Amino acid sequence: MEKRTDKNSYTLLFAIGMVLIVGSLLAFTASALKPNIEENKRIEKQQNILYAMGVNDNDEGSAVFVGTDVVVDEFSKYIKKQIVIQGDKITEDANAYLIDIKKEQTAAKDASYQRKLPLFIGEKDGKTFYIAPIRGKGLWDAIWAYVAMDADMVVQGAYFDHKGETPGLGANIKQRFFMDDFIGEHLKSNGNFTGITVAKGNADPTNKDKTDNEVDAIAGSTITGDGVTAMLKTELKLYVPYFKTLKTN
Amino acid sequence: MGLLSKKDAKLITDPLTDDNPVTIQVLGICSALAITAELKASIVMAVAVLFVLGIGNVVISLMRNIIPSKIRIIVQLIVVATLVIIVDLVLKAFAYELSKTLSVFVGLIITNCIIMGRFEAFALANGPWKAFLDGIGNSLGYGVILIIVGFFRELLGSGTLLGYKVLGDPIAKTGVYAFGYENNGFMLLAPMALIVLGIVIWIQRSRNEALIEEH
Repeated sequence: MEKRTDKNSYTLLFAIGMVLIVGSLLAFTASALKPNIEENKRIEKQQNILYAMGVNDNDEGSAVFVGTDVVVDEFSKYIKKQIVIQGDKITEDANAYLIDIKKEQTAAKDASYQRKLPLFIGEKDGKTFYIAPIRGKGLWDAIWAYVAMDADMVVQGAYFDHKGETPGLGANIKQRFFMDDFIGEHLKSNGNFTGITVAKGNADPTNKDKTDNEVDAIAGSTITGDGVTAMLKTELKLYVPYFKTLKTN
Repeated sequence: MGLLSKKDAKLITDPLTDDNPVTIQVLGICSALAITAELKASIVMAVAVLFVLGIGNVVISLMRNIIPSKIRIIVQLIVVATLVIIVDLVLKAFAYELSKTLSVFVGLIITNCIIMGRFEAFALANGPWKAFLDGIGNSLGYGVILIIVGFFRELLGSGTLLGYKVLGDPIAKTGVYAFGYENNGFMLLAPMALIVLGIVIWIQRSRNEALIEEH
Protein backbone atom coordinates (compact mmCIF):
# COMPACT_ATOMS: atom_id res chain seq x y z
CA MET A 1 0.00 0.00 0.00
CA GLU A 2 1.17 3.50 -0.75
CA LYS A 3 2.25 5.42 2.33
CA ARG A 4 0.28 8.48 3.27
CA THR A 5 3.35 10.69 2.88
CA ASP A 6 3.99 9.51 -0.68
CA LYS A 7 0.80 11.00 -2.10
CA ASN A 8 1.18 13.96 -4.44
CA SER A 9 -1.52 15.92 -2.65
CA TYR A 10 0.23 15.41 0.70
CA THR A 11 3.59 16.44 -0.78
CA LEU A 12 2.08 19.59 -2.22
CA LEU A 13 0.33 20.53 1.02
CA PHE A 14 3.48 19.83 2.99
CA ALA A 15 5.53 22.05 0.71
CA ILE A 16 3.03 24.89 0.96
CA GLY A 17 2.79 24.55 4.73
CA MET A 18 6.56 24.48 5.12
CA VAL A 19 7.05 27.57 2.97
CA LEU A 20 4.43 29.47 4.97
CA ILE A 21 5.91 28.51 8.32
CA VAL A 22 9.53 29.12 7.35
CA GLY A 23 8.67 32.31 5.50
CA SER A 24 6.80 33.88 8.37
CA LEU A 25 9.42 32.72 10.87
CA LEU A 26 12.19 34.41 8.89
CA ALA A 27 10.15 37.53 8.21
CA PHE A 28 9.29 37.81 11.88
CA THR A 29 12.91 37.35 13.03
CA ALA A 30 14.20 39.80 10.45
CA SER A 31 11.76 42.57 11.31
CA ALA A 32 12.07 41.99 15.06
CA LEU A 33 15.84 42.32 14.93
CA LYS A 34 16.01 45.07 12.32
CA PRO A 35 16.29 48.04 14.73
CA ASN A 36 19.20 46.38 16.55
CA ILE A 37 20.98 45.57 13.31
CA GLU A 38 20.54 49.10 11.93
CA GLU A 39 21.87 50.54 15.17
CA ASN A 40 24.91 48.25 15.03
CA LYS A 41 25.63 49.36 11.47
CA ARG A 42 25.33 53.02 12.41
CA ILE A 43 27.70 52.57 15.33
CA GLU A 44 30.14 50.71 13.11
CA LYS A 45 30.23 53.59 10.62
CA GLN A 46 31.00 56.04 13.39
CA GLN A 47 33.72 53.72 14.72
CA ASN A 48 35.24 53.39 11.23
CA ILE A 49 35.31 57.15 10.69
CA LEU A 50 36.89 57.76 14.09
CA TYR A 51 39.38 54.98 13.46
CA ALA A 52 40.59 56.64 10.27
CA MET A 53 41.39 59.89 12.07
CA GLY A 54 43.29 58.04 14.77
CA VAL A 55 40.62 57.91 17.46
CA ASN A 56 40.82 54.24 18.42
CA ASP A 57 41.87 51.83 21.14
CA ASN A 58 44.64 50.18 19.12
CA ASP A 59 47.04 48.03 21.07
CA GLU A 60 50.41 46.89 19.80
CA GLY A 61 49.43 44.90 16.74
CA SER A 62 45.68 44.80 16.26
CA ALA A 63 43.09 47.33 15.17
CA VAL A 64 40.62 48.10 17.96
CA PHE A 65 37.74 50.55 17.68
CA VAL A 66 36.59 52.84 20.44
CA GLY A 67 34.01 51.05 22.59
CA THR A 68 30.39 50.96 21.48
CA ASP A 69 29.41 52.64 24.76
CA VAL A 70 31.45 55.78 24.09
CA VAL A 71 31.38 55.99 20.30
CA VAL A 72 28.41 58.37 20.05
CA ASP A 73 30.00 60.90 22.43
CA GLU A 74 33.41 60.58 20.81
CA PHE A 75 31.89 61.03 17.37
CA SER A 76 30.22 64.31 18.30
CA LYS A 77 33.38 65.41 20.11
CA TYR A 78 35.85 64.83 17.27
CA ILE A 79 33.76 65.21 14.11
CA LYS A 80 33.18 68.95 13.88
CA LYS A 81 31.35 69.11 10.60
CA GLN A 82 29.81 66.78 8.06
CA ILE A 83 29.37 68.10 4.56
CA VAL A 84 27.87 66.84 1.34
CA ILE A 85 29.56 67.93 -1.89
CA GLN A 86 27.31 67.90 -4.92
CA GLY A 87 29.02 69.56 -7.85
CA ASP A 88 29.82 73.11 -6.70
CA LYS A 89 27.21 72.97 -3.99
CA ILE A 90 28.38 72.23 -0.48
CA THR A 91 25.82 71.62 2.23
CA GLU A 92 26.17 70.74 5.86
CA ASP A 93 24.34 67.61 6.96
CA ALA A 94 24.68 66.02 10.38
CA ASN A 95 23.63 62.69 8.92
CA ALA A 96 26.00 62.72 5.95
CA TYR A 97 27.73 59.62 7.30
CA LEU A 98 24.55 57.64 6.66
CA ILE A 99 24.65 58.33 2.90
CA ASP A 100 24.79 55.01 1.07
CA ILE A 101 27.90 55.17 -1.15
CA LYS A 102 26.81 52.14 -3.14
CA LYS A 103 23.50 53.76 -4.06
CA GLU A 104 25.25 56.99 -5.01
CA GLN A 105 27.68 55.12 -7.25
CA THR A 106 24.83 53.35 -9.01
CA ALA A 107 22.82 56.54 -9.42
CA ALA A 108 25.88 58.37 -10.80
CA LYS A 109 25.99 56.01 -13.78
CA ASP A 110 23.20 58.19 -15.09
CA ALA A 111 25.14 61.20 -16.39
CA SER A 112 22.45 63.67 -15.42
CA TYR A 113 22.77 62.75 -11.75
CA GLN A 114 25.11 64.82 -9.63
CA ARG A 115 26.59 62.41 -7.11
CA LYS A 116 26.50 63.26 -3.41
CA LEU A 117 29.98 63.08 -1.90
CA PRO A 118 30.00 63.03 1.89
CA LEU A 119 33.06 64.36 3.69
CA PHE A 120 33.60 64.42 7.44
CA ILE A 121 35.75 67.10 8.97
CA GLY A 122 37.31 66.14 12.25
CA GLU A 123 39.66 67.86 14.64
CA LYS A 124 42.10 66.25 17.01
CA ASP A 125 45.04 67.83 18.85
CA GLY A 126 44.68 70.99 16.76
CA LYS A 127 44.93 69.07 13.48
CA THR A 128 42.14 69.00 10.91
CA PHE A 129 41.22 65.73 9.21
CA TYR A 130 39.15 65.36 6.07
CA ILE A 131 37.67 61.88 6.03
CA ALA A 132 36.17 60.48 2.84
CA PRO A 133 34.17 57.25 2.61
CA ILE A 134 34.96 55.28 -0.56
CA ARG A 135 33.87 52.00 -2.05
CA GLY A 136 35.18 49.63 -4.70
CA LYS A 137 35.52 46.03 -5.84
CA GLY A 138 37.79 43.36 -4.39
CA LEU A 139 38.23 39.83 -5.64
CA TRP A 140 34.95 38.34 -4.42
CA ASP A 141 32.82 41.23 -3.35
CA ALA A 142 32.75 44.84 -2.25
CA ILE A 143 35.60 46.56 -0.43
CA TRP A 144 35.34 49.96 1.20
CA ALA A 145 37.41 52.37 3.18
CA TYR A 146 37.45 55.56 5.20
CA VAL A 147 40.47 57.67 4.34
CA ALA A 148 41.50 60.57 6.56
CA MET A 149 43.56 63.25 4.78
CA ASP A 150 44.97 66.65 5.60
CA ALA A 151 44.35 69.71 3.42
CA ASP A 152 47.23 68.66 1.11
CA MET A 153 45.69 65.23 0.53
CA VAL A 154 48.34 63.46 2.55
CA VAL A 155 46.81 60.38 4.15
CA GLN A 156 46.61 60.65 7.92
CA GLY A 157 44.95 57.33 8.53
CA ALA A 158 42.77 54.78 6.81
CA TYR A 159 40.35 52.05 7.69
CA PHE A 160 39.74 49.32 5.12
CA ASP A 161 37.04 46.70 5.22
CA HIS A 162 35.60 44.10 2.89
CA LYS A 163 32.58 41.91 2.48
CA GLY A 164 34.06 38.59 1.48
CA GLU A 165 37.79 38.63 0.66
CA THR A 166 39.76 35.43 1.27
CA PRO A 167 40.70 34.95 4.95
CA GLY A 168 44.47 35.10 5.43
CA LEU A 169 44.99 36.76 2.03
CA GLY A 170 42.83 39.59 0.70
CA ALA A 171 40.99 39.85 4.00
CA ASN A 172 44.23 41.15 5.49
CA ILE A 173 43.54 44.63 4.07
CA LYS A 174 41.82 45.32 7.39
CA GLN A 175 44.94 44.38 9.33
CA ARG A 176 47.14 46.98 10.95
CA PHE A 177 50.26 46.11 8.95
CA PHE A 178 48.46 47.02 5.74
CA MET A 179 46.40 50.00 6.90
CA ASP A 180 49.25 51.61 8.83
CA ASP A 181 51.36 51.70 5.66
CA PHE A 182 49.06 54.37 4.31
CA ILE A 183 49.69 56.83 7.14
CA GLY A 184 51.74 59.73 5.81
CA GLU A 185 51.53 58.53 2.21
CA HIS A 186 50.96 61.26 -0.38
CA LEU A 187 48.00 61.05 -2.75
CA LYS A 188 49.42 63.81 -4.94
CA SER A 189 52.65 63.88 -6.79
CA ASN A 190 54.09 67.20 -7.97
CA GLY A 191 50.80 68.85 -7.14
CA ASN A 192 48.69 66.53 -9.30
CA PHE A 193 46.39 63.86 -7.97
CA THR A 194 47.95 60.44 -8.55
CA GLY A 195 46.41 58.16 -5.94
CA ILE A 196 48.25 55.42 -4.10
CA THR A 197 49.22 52.18 -5.79
CA VAL A 198 49.29 48.92 -3.88
CA ALA A 199 52.47 47.73 -5.57
CA LYS A 200 54.17 44.38 -5.77
CA GLY A 201 57.92 44.18 -5.84
CA ASN A 202 58.50 47.82 -5.20
CA ALA A 203 61.89 48.87 -3.95
CA ASP A 204 60.49 50.09 -0.67
CA PRO A 205 58.90 47.18 1.24
CA THR A 206 59.21 48.82 4.66
CA ASN A 207 57.52 51.92 3.22
CA LYS A 208 60.10 54.53 4.23
CA ASP A 209 59.44 56.70 1.17
CA LYS A 210 56.11 58.39 1.78
CA THR A 211 56.09 60.40 -1.45
CA ASP A 212 56.38 57.52 -3.93
CA ASN A 213 52.57 57.04 -4.08
CA GLU A 214 53.08 53.35 -3.36
CA VAL A 215 52.47 50.96 -0.48
CA ASP A 216 53.64 47.38 -0.31
CA ALA A 217 51.13 44.76 -1.50
CA ILE A 218 50.06 41.64 0.40
CA ALA A 219 51.41 38.42 -1.12
CA GLY A 220 48.69 36.29 -2.67
CA SER A 221 46.14 39.11 -2.82
CA THR A 222 46.88 40.75 -6.15
CA ILE A 223 43.29 41.31 -7.18
CA THR A 224 42.21 42.69 -3.82
CA GLY A 225 45.25 44.97 -3.89
CA ASP A 226 44.45 46.17 -7.40
CA GLY A 227 40.91 46.82 -6.20
CA VAL A 228 42.25 49.01 -3.41
CA THR A 229 44.42 50.91 -5.90
CA ALA A 230 41.51 51.47 -8.29
CA MET A 231 39.16 52.49 -5.49
CA LEU A 232 41.59 55.07 -4.12
CA LYS A 233 42.30 56.48 -7.56
CA THR A 234 38.78 56.87 -8.90
CA GLU A 235 36.92 57.68 -5.72
CA LEU A 236 39.30 60.11 -4.03
CA LYS A 237 39.81 61.92 -7.32
CA LEU A 238 36.24 63.15 -7.02
CA TYR A 239 37.24 65.08 -3.92
CA VAL A 240 40.11 66.94 -5.62
CA PRO A 241 38.01 70.01 -6.59
CA TYR A 242 36.96 70.43 -2.97
CA PHE A 243 40.54 70.30 -1.75
CA LYS A 244 41.43 72.96 -4.37
CA THR A 245 38.86 75.30 -2.85
CA LEU A 246 40.53 74.82 0.54
CA LYS A 247 43.76 76.19 -0.94
CA THR A 248 42.25 79.25 -2.60
CA ASN A 249 40.25 80.33 0.43
CA MET B 1 30.53 9.35 30.04
CA GLY B 2 28.28 8.18 32.82
CA LEU B 3 25.35 10.06 31.44
CA LEU B 4 25.25 8.18 28.17
CA SER B 5 24.80 4.54 27.42
CA LYS B 6 27.67 2.84 25.62
CA LYS B 7 25.84 2.96 22.33
CA ASP B 8 25.02 6.65 22.69
CA ALA B 9 28.59 7.48 23.64
CA LYS B 10 29.80 5.80 20.47
CA LEU B 11 27.68 8.25 18.48
CA ILE B 12 29.92 11.01 19.78
CA THR B 13 33.28 9.25 19.86
CA ASP B 14 33.15 7.39 16.54
CA PRO B 15 33.11 10.49 14.31
CA LEU B 16 36.06 11.81 16.29
CA THR B 17 38.21 8.84 15.37
CA ASP B 18 37.40 5.87 13.15
CA ASP B 19 34.39 7.33 11.39
CA ASN B 20 35.56 10.89 10.98
CA PRO B 21 33.40 12.76 8.46
CA VAL B 22 36.37 14.53 6.86
CA THR B 23 39.21 12.02 6.87
CA ILE B 24 37.23 8.78 6.50
CA GLN B 25 33.99 9.73 4.77
CA VAL B 26 35.69 12.56 2.85
CA LEU B 27 32.81 14.99 3.33
CA GLY B 28 33.02 18.72 3.94
CA ILE B 29 36.32 19.00 2.10
CA CYS B 30 35.38 22.21 0.30
CA SER B 31 35.06 24.24 3.46
CA ALA B 32 38.10 22.53 4.96
CA LEU B 33 40.10 23.91 2.04
CA ALA B 34 38.53 27.33 1.90
CA ILE B 35 38.70 28.62 5.43
CA THR B 36 41.63 26.95 7.15
CA ALA B 37 44.23 29.58 6.29
CA GLU B 38 43.65 31.00 9.77
CA LEU B 39 43.08 29.19 13.04
CA LYS B 40 40.45 31.68 14.19
CA ALA B 41 38.33 31.16 11.10
CA SER B 42 38.59 27.39 11.57
CA ILE B 43 37.35 27.63 15.14
CA VAL B 44 34.48 29.95 14.24
CA MET B 45 33.42 27.62 11.43
CA ALA B 46 33.65 24.58 13.72
CA VAL B 47 31.41 26.22 16.32
CA ALA B 48 28.91 27.36 13.68
CA VAL B 49 28.64 23.86 12.23
CA LEU B 50 28.31 22.39 15.73
CA PHE B 51 25.34 24.64 16.35
CA VAL B 52 23.63 24.13 13.00
CA LEU B 53 24.16 20.37 12.84
CA GLY B 54 23.16 19.80 16.47
CA ILE B 55 19.87 21.64 16.10
CA GLY B 56 19.23 20.67 12.48
CA ASN B 57 19.56 16.97 13.22
CA VAL B 58 16.98 17.29 16.01
CA VAL B 59 14.55 19.25 13.82
CA ILE B 60 14.82 16.75 10.96
CA SER B 61 14.51 13.85 13.36
CA LEU B 62 11.32 15.29 14.85
CA MET B 63 9.91 15.77 11.36
CA ARG B 64 11.11 12.42 10.02
CA ASN B 65 7.68 10.80 9.96
CA ILE B 66 5.90 13.62 8.19
CA ILE B 67 8.47 14.59 5.54
CA PRO B 68 7.34 13.40 2.08
CA SER B 69 10.18 11.30 0.71
CA LYS B 70 9.95 12.89 -2.76
CA ILE B 71 10.98 16.31 -1.52
CA ARG B 72 13.03 15.36 1.51
CA ILE B 73 16.28 16.84 0.17
CA ILE B 74 14.62 20.21 -0.41
CA VAL B 75 13.07 20.08 3.06
CA GLN B 76 16.50 19.37 4.52
CA LEU B 77 18.00 22.28 2.61
CA ILE B 78 15.28 24.61 3.85
CA VAL B 79 15.88 23.57 7.46
CA VAL B 80 19.63 24.25 7.18
CA ALA B 81 19.13 27.52 5.35
CA THR B 82 16.55 28.74 7.86
CA LEU B 83 18.73 27.88 10.83
CA VAL B 84 21.76 29.55 9.30
CA ILE B 85 19.86 32.72 8.44
CA ILE B 86 18.33 32.96 11.91
CA VAL B 87 21.75 32.49 13.51
CA ASP B 88 23.19 35.13 11.20
CA LEU B 89 20.44 37.64 12.06
CA VAL B 90 20.75 37.04 15.79
CA LEU B 91 24.51 37.48 15.62
CA LYS B 92 24.13 40.68 13.60
CA ALA B 93 21.78 42.06 16.23
CA PHE B 94 23.61 41.00 19.37
CA ALA B 95 27.19 40.11 18.47
CA TYR B 96 27.98 42.31 15.50
CA GLU B 97 31.75 41.82 15.52
CA LEU B 98 31.43 38.04 15.52
CA SER B 99 28.86 38.15 12.74
CA LYS B 100 31.33 40.02 10.54
CA THR B 101 33.88 37.25 11.01
CA LEU B 102 31.26 34.64 10.25
CA SER B 103 29.62 36.31 7.27
CA VAL B 104 31.91 34.64 4.72
CA PHE B 105 31.03 31.21 6.03
CA VAL B 106 27.25 31.46 6.11
CA GLY B 107 26.94 30.21 2.55
CA LEU B 108 29.53 27.55 3.18
CA ILE B 109 27.58 26.15 6.13
CA ILE B 110 24.48 25.69 4.00
CA THR B 111 26.40 23.82 1.33
CA ASN B 112 28.44 21.72 3.76
CA CYS B 113 27.82 18.14 2.71
CA ILE B 114 28.35 16.81 6.23
CA ILE B 115 25.14 18.51 7.31
CA MET B 116 23.06 17.14 4.44
CA GLY B 117 24.81 13.80 4.84
CA ARG B 118 23.90 13.43 8.50
CA PHE B 119 20.31 14.56 7.90
CA GLU B 120 19.92 12.01 5.16
CA ALA B 121 21.84 9.14 6.71
CA PHE B 122 20.99 9.48 10.37
CA ALA B 123 18.35 11.99 11.43
CA LEU B 124 15.74 10.64 9.01
CA ALA B 125 15.98 7.21 10.64
CA ASN B 126 16.57 7.93 14.33
CA GLY B 127 14.98 9.64 17.31
CA PRO B 128 15.81 13.22 18.33
CA TRP B 129 18.17 12.42 21.24
CA LYS B 130 20.28 10.06 19.16
CA ALA B 131 20.19 12.50 16.26
CA PHE B 132 21.38 15.28 18.54
CA LEU B 133 24.33 13.20 19.77
CA ASP B 134 25.17 12.20 16.21
CA GLY B 135 25.10 15.84 15.14
CA ILE B 136 27.38 16.90 17.98
CA GLY B 137 29.75 14.00 17.34
CA ASN B 138 30.06 14.63 13.63
CA SER B 139 30.51 18.37 13.95
CA LEU B 140 33.18 17.81 16.59
CA GLY B 141 34.92 15.36 14.28
CA TYR B 142 34.76 17.95 11.51
CA GLY B 143 35.91 20.73 13.85
CA VAL B 144 38.92 18.78 15.11
CA ILE B 145 40.22 18.30 11.57
CA LEU B 146 39.54 21.92 10.70
CA ILE B 147 41.45 23.10 13.73
CA ILE B 148 44.40 20.77 13.06
CA VAL B 149 44.68 21.95 9.46
CA GLY B 150 44.13 25.59 10.43
CA PHE B 151 46.80 25.33 13.14
CA PHE B 152 49.51 24.13 10.76
CA ARG B 153 48.55 26.42 7.90
CA GLU B 154 48.56 29.56 10.02
CA LEU B 155 51.70 28.55 11.93
CA LEU B 156 53.77 27.67 8.87
CA GLY B 157 52.18 30.12 6.47
CA SER B 158 51.97 33.30 8.51
CA GLY B 159 54.08 32.42 11.57
CA THR B 160 51.16 33.36 13.80
CA LEU B 161 48.49 31.57 15.84
CA LEU B 162 45.14 33.33 16.34
CA GLY B 163 46.95 36.43 15.08
CA TYR B 164 49.72 36.32 17.70
CA LYS B 165 53.26 36.27 16.39
CA VAL B 166 54.42 33.05 18.04
CA LEU B 167 57.51 32.61 15.88
CA GLY B 168 58.80 36.17 16.16
CA ASP B 169 58.59 39.10 13.80
CA PRO B 170 59.46 38.32 10.16
CA ILE B 171 60.26 41.95 9.30
CA ALA B 172 62.31 42.82 12.39
CA LYS B 173 63.95 39.34 12.17
CA THR B 174 63.36 38.26 15.76
CA GLY B 175 62.61 34.79 17.14
CA VAL B 176 63.21 31.95 14.66
CA TYR B 177 63.44 34.45 11.80
CA ALA B 178 66.81 35.50 13.22
CA PHE B 179 68.13 32.09 12.14
CA GLY B 180 67.04 32.52 8.54
CA TYR B 181 63.60 30.89 8.85
CA GLU B 182 61.02 32.10 6.33
CA ASN B 183 57.23 31.80 6.28
CA ASN B 184 55.97 29.48 3.58
CA GLY B 185 53.37 31.57 1.74
CA PHE B 186 52.31 28.47 -0.17
CA MET B 187 50.70 27.17 3.04
CA LEU B 188 48.08 29.91 2.75
CA LEU B 189 46.85 28.67 -0.62
CA ALA B 190 44.13 26.03 -0.93
CA PRO B 191 46.30 23.21 -2.38
CA MET B 192 48.34 23.04 0.81
CA ALA B 193 45.16 22.46 2.82
CA LEU B 194 44.62 19.36 0.73
CA ILE B 195 48.17 18.21 1.34
CA VAL B 196 47.95 18.83 5.10
CA LEU B 197 44.66 16.96 5.11
CA GLY B 198 46.32 14.14 3.19
CA ILE B 199 49.03 13.91 5.82
CA VAL B 200 46.39 13.75 8.58
CA ILE B 201 44.64 10.93 6.72
CA TRP B 202 47.96 9.15 6.21
CA ILE B 203 48.85 9.32 9.93
CA GLN B 204 45.39 8.16 10.93
CA ARG B 205 45.43 5.16 8.62
CA SER B 206 48.95 4.13 9.46
CA ARG B 207 47.93 3.97 13.12
CA ASN B 208 44.83 1.91 12.42
CA GLU B 209 45.20 -0.43 9.47
CA ALA B 210 41.56 -1.49 9.65
CA LEU B 211 40.75 1.88 8.03
CA ILE B 212 42.69 1.14 4.84
CA GLU B 213 40.31 0.33 1.98
CA GLU B 214 40.81 -2.72 -0.21
CA HIS B 215 41.20 -2.03 -3.89
